[in-house]
This record gives sequence, structure tokens and C-alpha cells, in this order.
Amino acid sequence: MRKNSDVFRIGTGAGFSADRLDPAVDLARHGELDVMVLECLGERTVAFAHRDRMANPSRGYNAHLERRMRALLPVCKSAGTVIVTNMGAANPRAAALRTQEIARELGLDGVKIACIKGDDVTDRVPMSQPFMDEPGTLADVGRPIVGMNAYLGVDAIVPALQAGADVIIGGRLADPSMYLAPLMLCHGWQAGDMGRAGAGTLVGHLMECGMQITGGYFADPGVKEVPQLAQCGYPIAEVAADGSAVITKLPQSGGCVTEATVKEQLLYEVHDPAAYLTPDVTADFSRVQLKAQGKDRVQVSGASGRTRPDKLKVTAGFDDGFLAEAGVSYAGPGASTRGRLAGDIVTTRLKETFGISDARVDLIGARSLFATAGLPDVESEDVRLHVGLRTTNRDEAEAMLWEVESLLCCGPAGGGGFRGSITPAVMTKSVLIDRALVTPSFEMLVA
Amino acid sequence: MTARGRNAPRIVRDIAHARAGDKGNTSNVNVWAYDCADFELLKRNLTAERIKREFPQLIRGPVERYEIAHLYGLNFVLHDALEGGVNASLNLDSHGKSWSYLLLGLTLED
Repeated sequence: MRKNSDVFRIGTGAGFSADRLDPAVDLARHGELDVMVLECLGERTVAFAHRDRMANPSRGYNAHLERRMRALLPVCKSAGTVIVTNMGAANPRAAALRTQEIARELGLDGVKIACIKGDDVTDRVPMSQPFMDEPGTLADVGRPIVGMNAYLGVDAIVPALQAGADVIIGGRLADPSMYLAPLMLCHGWQAGDMGRAGAGTLVGHLMECGMQITGGYFADPGVKEVPQLAQCGYPIAEVAADGSAVITKLPQSGGCVTEATVKEQLLYEVHDPAAYLTPDVTADFSRVQLKAQGKDRVQVSGASGRTRPDKLKVTAGFDDGFLAEAGVSYAGPGASTRGRLAGDIVTTRLKETFGISDARVDLIGARSLFATAGLPDVESEDVRLHVGLRTTNRDEAEAMLWEVESLLCCGPAGGGGFRGSITPAVMTKSVLIDRALVTPSFEMLVA
Repeated sequence: MTARGRNAPRIVRDIAHARAGDKGNTSNVNVWAYDCADFELLKRNLTAERIKREFPQLIRGPVERYEIAHLYGLNFVLHDALEGGVNASLNLDSHGKSWSYLLLGLTLED
């Protein structure tokens, strides 16, 4: 990693598994970044990746890895930008090998790719392990396990950076740790410095969802305007040695960075603002200060931290059968009433003919997302019946789709536009394990 | 201001913005007053008790409220409030991303 000024420039080039690529290329090309982080892993993403790996041992990593690496490796190499990513998902070694091949194909000989190992603890966690946040144990799930991964922190990433990796590919690397690790190295923060760890974790937390801090997941026309959202740019953090940072973006990109966008991300998926837990630190965001510094620049400071949690969180993924979804639409006068009748027919027939009583029926446009919240139905002249069913029995899933499709001839007047799908489903559970059970290491591959 | 009628009751969205996130079957919604002058009004209207009371079928567990007073923000943690969470929910929005608008849609009372 180079260090070209007092501040360390770290950018995000993906904030979830299916995030956009072209703005990442723009950022790599024009951002003058020391590090670009590609955060691509949710809890359920890992479980799906384990299923992919079980079907094909050379897969099990992010589906867009090849396209991302082809586009970003040459640009990052010439800009001197290190890539840190958890795109390895359930198979970091296969992801690293594929990246090595791509680098060679692109003529980027000598690129050093570090593969982080040790997060897969499937063989080390007993099924008697109790859940972290609910009653019961892993054995109670009663479904086939697909894999278990421990969240790895900076201690898994820093050695690979010290060894001079150009690309670091891991599986379940904790999101903020991918940012904190290079910050520790470039600013010389010590492993026991929990204040700096909290500050770096804040940077990671703000950045890890990509455009969620530059105007994505924010626009509400008429109330919260975001310019050029279709061309939204990924964020850049300019991090000073004291841990304070300026969040910004490329000037030519769309979106915005304001105190409001930063606030919404500050507590995104946070419970107690004074106790945000990662493998590295118990971070405290409760006294964070924000200061606008001109257009699309917000300074953040005041995060702190204390002792890291004793145990590591593990996500256990299970095969959970199928998610079946099907729908038919109704429009014009009486559409809501006809749609409700269609729903009643499906509910009745699934129960009486097939013994299925746990399908959910929504009427999109009239009553769906807020149905359980108890908001009143809206009378709409353009609605869609949507039926959802989770089942481990494929025959039940197919029966539900058939019933919804049969409405075209057997249901209320004017129904059209049937679509149905059956997709694999996973379930995840969380447990806590001793750190001693997790021994991260890295393997360096050279293109 | 919103496009609603002049005489429509004011709602939380008129004075604040919000974002929802999920962890398992727990939702959190952070809510921020645009203007520091409205923070007390926001606090009076968005109490943990009221939110629990407004959505009894949806929010099956307790509601906690954290304050970030110097930024005029509140963070609500809604336990057992995601119809089982993304693993189990059949809600089209299985992450509860839209729960921010449940809170923003509540009426303001002085």
C-alpha cells in the first residue's frame, strides 16, 4: 500500500453481492485510492454460496467475481490500489485461483493475491451449540447444514497486507474489519488501541454499504432529493491518523454526501449506538460528531471503542427447501374486490385440496407490505395477487403455482399476467464460539 | 413539505427522515429531525410505548429507544418484528426495509 499524503484514501467498490460495477471502475480510475474494498457478503449470501460449492467444488464464490476482477484488476494495479474483498464467500481459495488466472490472462504477471483461510468452522462447531440470540441449539433446526463461518477480524487480514498482497480475498471477513486492517497498517495503529479501532470501525461501518452513504437508499422525491441517482458514485473516505475521516465521492459522479445521508448510515443495522460489536472492538458511535465541509464532504469524528468481544460470531447456514411465489394481476373497476376473491379461492383450495395452510396471500396495490402492521386496505384499480409459500416439499411448491395459474380460467373476471417461480431457500442461525477454535491464515498466490 | 393537502394532519415524515435495517428477526429504525427545533416534538410523538401500541400484531417483542440527542436522532430497536426475519418471512419485504415508512407515516400530535 502506498501512502501519498497525510490522509489514507479508502473507497468502496461494492456494498453487497449484486452491487454495480461501472461506478466502481470510475472510482478505481479517478479516486486515487490506496485501498478499494468490495463488500459482497451477507449472512444468507454465504449459505447460498455453500450450496453452490456443494454442487461444484470449484465454485462457491461471488457470481460477479470474474467480471469485477477483469474490470478492476488492471485499473487498480496501475493506480497502486490494493483490493480487499470477501467475494470468496464459501470458497476463497477457488476465488483466489480464478483471480490468479484472470490476472495472467490480462498480462498482469506478478500480481500477489492473498487468500484468507480459517473462517469455515463447519467441522469445529458441535450441533449442541446454543443460538446466540434465541432459545434452542443448532440441532433443533432439523435441516441439513450447508456450512458455518466465523467472522474474521483484522488479525486475519493484517498479515496478508504486511506480506505485500495486491488483492486480498476472504470469505466471512467482518465488513468493517476490511477497512480497519489497512488503516491500522498505514497509520501505525497498535492492535490494543481500542480508541483507534473504534474510529476505524466507524469508517468501515459508514462505507461498507457503498452508495447507502452517497445518496442510495435515501431519495424520497419532494422531501429528500438526490441529484443524478442513476449515476450515483461510490464513497471515498479520507482517513486521518487520529481516526477522523471525511466521507466524500468523485465530483463528477451522481448522488450526494450530506449530514443526513451520513446520519442514516451511522445507525443502519445498529442497536445500541454505544456498543457496536465486531471481532475487533466494541465500538461506541454514541458521541460521533458530523461536520459538513463544503459540497459532498462530511467530516466524521468522535467514535471510540473498548475491549473486543470475548467470543466470535458464527453464522450457520441450513438448506431450507424452497420459496415458491406466484401471481396474477387485476385492473379496472372492482379490481381490489376481484383480487381478494382470487386470494380467497387460492387459500381455500390449497387448504381443502392439498392440505397447505401456511401460504401467504397479498394483494399488491391494496394490502401487502404493511398487512401485518395493520394498516387499512387501499382500494386500487390495479392490483396483483401474490402468493408465497415456504416448503421443504417440492410437490407442494408446484401445487401452489398450479393453483394460482388455474385462476386464469377458473378465477374472477379479467385476471392476467401469471408468473410463478420456485427458488432454493436457506436459513441462517447465529452462535458464539471461543476464539481458540478459529485459526486464520493466508496463502499467497502470484500471477 | 409533502404534496398532501393543506389540512391533512402532520406526520413524522414532515419533520424527520429515517432508515430501517434488519438483524435476524429484529428491526431497527433510525429517525432524525431535520430541524433541531423539532426534536422535542419528535421525541414526544415517537415513544417506544406508542410504536409498540401502534403495531401490536407486527411488533411481538419489546421496543427500545436510544437517543443521539446532539444529532437530533432516535434509534428504535423492534424485537421480534420481522415476521420471522428474512429466513422465514413471507412478506414481500422480508427485510422490513419499508418499516422506516411505518414510523414516518405516524401522525404528529402536539
